[in-house]
Amino acid sequence: MSIFINQDTKVIVQGITGSTGLFHTKQAIEYGTKIVGGVTPGKGGTEVEGVPVFNTVQEAVDKTGANVSVLYVPPAFAADSIMEAVDAELDLVIAITEHIPVLDMVKVKRYMEGKKTRLIGPNCPGVITPEECKIGIMPGYIHRKGHVGVVSRSGTLTYEAVHQLSQANIGQSTAVGIGGDPVNGTNFIDVLKAFNEDDETYAVVMIGEIGGTAEEEAAEWIKANMTKPVVGFIGGQTAPPGKRMGHAGAIIAGGKGTASEKIKKLNECGVKVADTPSVIGETLISVLKEKGLYEKCLIKLNK
Amino acid sequence: MNIHEYQGKELLRSYGVAVPNGYVAFTPEEAVEAAKKLNSDIKVVKAQIHAGGRGKAGGVKLAKSLDEVRTYAEELLGKTLVTHQTGPEGKEVKRLLIEEGSDIKKEFYVGLVLDRATSRIVLMGSEEGGTEIEEVAAKTPEKIFKETIDPAVGLLPFQARRLAFNINIPKELINKAVKFMTGLYQVFVEKDCSVAEINPLVITGDGQVMALDAKLNFDDNALYRHKDIMELRDLSEEDEKEIEASKYGLSYIALDGNIGCMVNGAGLAMSTMDIIKHYGGDPANFLDVGGGATTEKVTEAFKIILSDENVKGIFVNIFGGIMRCDVIANGIVEATKQMGLELPLVVRLEGTNVEIGKQILEDSGLNITAAESMADGAEKIVSLVK
Repeated sequence: MSIFINQDTKVIVQGITGSTGLFHTKQAIEYGTKIVGGVTPGKGGTEVEGVPVFNTVQEAVDKTGANVSVLYVPPAFAADSIMEAVDAELDLVIAITEHIPVLDMVKVKRYMEGKKTRLIGPNCPGVITPEECKIGIMPGYIHRKGHVGVVSRSGTLTYEAVHQLSQANIGQSTAVGIGGDPVNGTNFIDVLKAFNEDDETYAVVMIGEIGGTAEEEAAEWIKANMTKPVVGFIGGQTAPPGKRMGHAGAIIAGGKGTASEKIKKLNECGVKVADTPSVIGETLISVLKEKGLYEKCLIKLNK
Repeated sequence: MNIHEYQGKELLRSYGVAVPNGYVAFTPEEAVEAAKKLNSDIKVVKAQIHAGGRGKAGGVKLAKSLDEVRTYAEELLGKTLVTHQTGPEGKEVKRLLIEEGSDIKKEFYVGLVLDRATSRIVLMGSEEGGTEIEEVAAKTPEKIFKETIDPAVGLLPFQARRLAFNINIPKELINKAVKFMTGLYQVFVEKDCSVAEINPLVITGDGQVMALDAKLNFDDNALYRHKDIMELRDLSEEDEKEIEASKYGLSYIALDGNIGCMVNGAGLAMSTMDIIKHYGGDPANFLDVGGGATTEKVTEAFKIILSDENVKGIFVNIFGGIMRCDVIANGIVEATKQMGLELPLVVRLEGTNVEIGKQILEDSGLNITAAESMADGAEKIVSLVK
């Protein structure tokens, strides 16, 4: 089992004919993801990588029965593309695009109110349910199927954590990158809720970073609702205030959003936080052992 | 992106937001000429740097005559101002704003920021003008009032009115305050601001509602659609290495330490700084080479790191996903060939094509210390620079 995506997920790629879209479509198909169509306005009727291209999302959905879309559209057009996918009533839109203006995202979020679609991202690596469905830019081969959910604001840091888990024979149920922007579609709590309700997820790794208070809010939610152990890590403990650390959302502003505040809050709410990114795997394993879940999470025992 | 106070005020004026009359001056002569055009007895000479806290640092002077304007202008131009926002090295004053003095009756705070929790823009106000809003929030949070703005309809008049009444703007000036806030919101959305702070907003003896200071920051991701704002960029206010890095699509931030870092991905780059600190070292920079790095980009990244004289060693930490390890390895070899390598270099490669990457580094004959993990690499570079 998994959250958000699985082997039955039918995906369309918005921006499929661009170089990034094309490259990752190829990778996804190789991984086994069911890519059923692509959308590039003006290129409808053509085909790339054996996949039919449509002019509009609505047409792509009508003709293919897709329920999820992934976006590799340039930032200037990304907000419009997200709203087009929302209008076509897809279940899920995953926006990989980085550098979308914040005020565009403010409008997108307003537009999405009361609609059925979930947005993940933007500025995120995507979502992967190992050995079933890979949507996004993460390297597929580091992931292994299993029972630990991963949720993160950062791409490469997620790979680092996943790699540590896989090396230790701990598989993942689903890994979700929620993205590094200040306004995003899905937050930590949304993903934690989904993992909490997923029978096959036994524990969760949550990777945050400086900026905003999403980690603090998630910590409160975990304390009140989460029935599964959560292990955390926060990047940017040495980041200077007032500087954007690569991600648009990673900034300590007005003394708020520091790593130390987040770590303190997580600890208070019962979430063990790894001291360094090198020990995220170890930290999770120690908690799994404590809770008697270690054997259940080991890959060899699954098979 | 930041702009100067005088540029912010010009922009506000064009949206009908009242600001004192004033002109920019780059020399004492220009300062005097500017002062001649102003109608007030008191002229204000304000240092223009991209940092707050200028008043307390002696960067704002009140002149009673043209001679005083000249004296103050001579004193301030070329002076290095150290405020709580500049860091200990301070910032050199290269521009002045010469402005009419105002008959201030009371100071307020008004600002627009993004509220990440609601994904909406929030209008904030307080009658504690002149004090930093963070300080007000910490000491007297009940004195801060907020209006959350629905982007579908924008800031509504009743919201601006309610905020104005809440912060005790006199009732005869409410309409002027509403006009002020409406104009401010228009600038914010039409120019893609990330922050718009007016501190203080003042009411004057002659019944004006004016912005005495203006801090406008802009969303870098939206600058492509605002050529006029991009022209206001003052490169002399920014770190040279950061400017150089941005030309190549590298995300670089200078820090105080001596270990240069080159990493792919923002989260991993931040964590690399953290782990260096954990092992007792000090990072010299944050540097994210991004997902689509080429050999050329990596070479430039190396040059930028090495142009920092404080750097005594370099740690390269790559988790190749889309970024292939062989590309990084080639970049490292190319850069060191071009520039020579006298400093210790620790490289940790993991991910796509890692074996090819490691082989390239080994075959290069360069003096590179290989690391097995992030922790191993951090430990090694810290001991090498000691």
